[in-house]
Amino acid sequence: MITVEGLSHWYGDRRAVEGLSFTIQQHECVGLLGLNGAGKSTTMKVLAGLLVPTGGTVTIDGADLVNAGADFRARIGYLPEDPPLYKEMTVREFVGYCGQLKGMKKKDVEARLDGVLALAQLTARQHQVIGELSHGYRKRCGIAQAIIHSPSVVILDEPISGLDPKQIVEMRQVIRDLAKGATVIISSHILSEISETCDRLIVLNGGKIVAQGTEAELAASAGGGSRVTVVVRGELDAIARAIGATGAKVVEQREESGGLIRAHLTLPQSARGDSRENLVKALVDNNVGVRRMIEDEGELEQIFLGLTKEVQ
Amino acid sequence: MSGIWLIARRDFSAFVNTWWGCVILSLTLLIDGLLFQVKGMSATPRYSAEVLSDFFLLTGGVVLIAGVFTTMRLFAEERQTGTMVLLESSPLSETQAVLGKYLSGLMFLTVLLVLTTYMPAMIFVNGKVSPEQIAVGYFGTFLMGAAGIAIGTWASAISRNQLLSLVIAAVITVFFVVSWMLSRVLDPPFKDLIAYVAFFDKQLAPFEEGRINTEGVVFFVSVSFAFLLLATRSLVARRWE
Repeated sequence: MITVEGLSHWYGDRRAVEGLSFTIQQHECVGLLGLNGAGKSTTMKVLAGLLVPTGGTVTIDGADLVNAGADFRARIGYLPEDPPLYKEMTVREFVGYCGQLKGMKKKDVEARLDGVLALAQLTARQHQVIGELSHGYRKRCGIAQAIIHSPSVVILDEPISGLDPKQIVEMRQVIRDLAKGATVIISSHILSEISETCDRLIVLNGGKIVAQGTEAELAASAGGGSRVTVVVRGELDAIARAIGATGAKVVEQREESGGLIRAHLTLPQSARGDSRENLVKALVDNNVGVRRMIEDEGELEQIFLGLTKEVQ
Repeated sequence: MSGIWLIARRDFSAFVNTWWGCVILSLTLLIDGLLFQVKGMSATPRYSAEVLSDFFLLTGGVVLIAGVFTTMRLFAEERQTGTMVLLESSPLSETQAVLGKYLSGLMFLTVLLVLTTYMPAMIFVNGKVSPEQIAVGYFGTFLMGAAGIAIGTWASAISRNQLLSLVIAAVITVFFVVSWMLSRVLDPPFKDLIAYVAFFDKQLAPFEEGRINTEGVVFFVSVSFAFLLLATRSLVARRWE
């Protein structure tokens, strides 16, 4: 378990983060979310043991990170935003070298290499020189070096940045697989990815935590609800009754051909069950035919912008 | 120890496998050979011991220059390319990282000195010098080169880029080389102090003549130790930035 209490870090007279407090459970996948300069990378560097915090404490499994000594860093795997790679080495040589650098014996590295290369989806490229690899494969190399020594905590700074859509999907799977065996902390400003891969989000802005929780909890703390579009057929009064019964608010409503009505709604945070399911039930109970329900894209972005705007 | 050796081995092999490493090695040998040909093998009859002494003087100079160019990349290049984080996030201590880098510099120095042995071998075959004389000369040159590499290691540890590292290392090395000149314009006690730290004039000279100079050994080892310690402290301090 990682416990961060009152973490602060200053670069000279510039504050990077201040008063951060949060807890991350074992095998939890947590996303650090924030705009550029929010303090994500600094927080990750402190958690990786690269920086000594100006104030506050970081404990991992009860041991204070600052006083734990260099050996303790073997428990942590870290991938910075730009993967640190020796481009003249082959993938296999590099990952093996990193394993030994992290204190593993050569025979242990050899025993684990194939598994790690497979996990990072690098098996087919293992004998290729890193300098010849695409950006996506270099990111995977970075991940492989971060996990070769079986760390209990894996910290990935912007693992998805610069990847194409196919690579993003593959990277998402790699991160999910990682989370099965380690506590994973990732940062990103690609909000949908954070939401897709993480159990919980911590939103940073201006070096401070502005919110933390699941996506639904963040939406609640931002004072907003889910936004959906429904396409229905039925009496206008019945539709209004059904929507009113769930507490949803109509943002926009218009008639379409074939007697269909398209309505953009904001759903409230429901204390009892999923508000989307409640809406469909209410519509059906009022004899309204539900043809489609679409979750509006950019919902998380709206929550995120709302949270960061408050502080700005 | 395995961590130190791991860093040293990778660093050395990365260096000698690049065009930069080959250029430095080749240029150093070329310049050393040319200087030896011009100064050491002149038409004027000279004692073999004098020629050998000149060889170590010249080789010491080119080794120091090569050391500055070799060491500028040790940490500064890692910082520039972002790979420094591999060392910083590893369980190796800063001391091990510095010693690993230093050892790779010493490996380069050793290779360089081994490749110059054909010159004293020529003096040995054609003149009258003892193998002990040659060995002592190499020992002194190695110690001085090692001190130069320690200076470069520190300069690289505190620099954000290789050019800055090169300049810092060059300035300090030049100070140690020309301090005998400075001592002439100073008054005691600074005069004696500055004269004492002169690499060639004071410390290497006995080795060039085939005499093991204990004072020189202690001096070069102390300089190496001091700069390696500074390099270690510099890396530790970076975590507190």
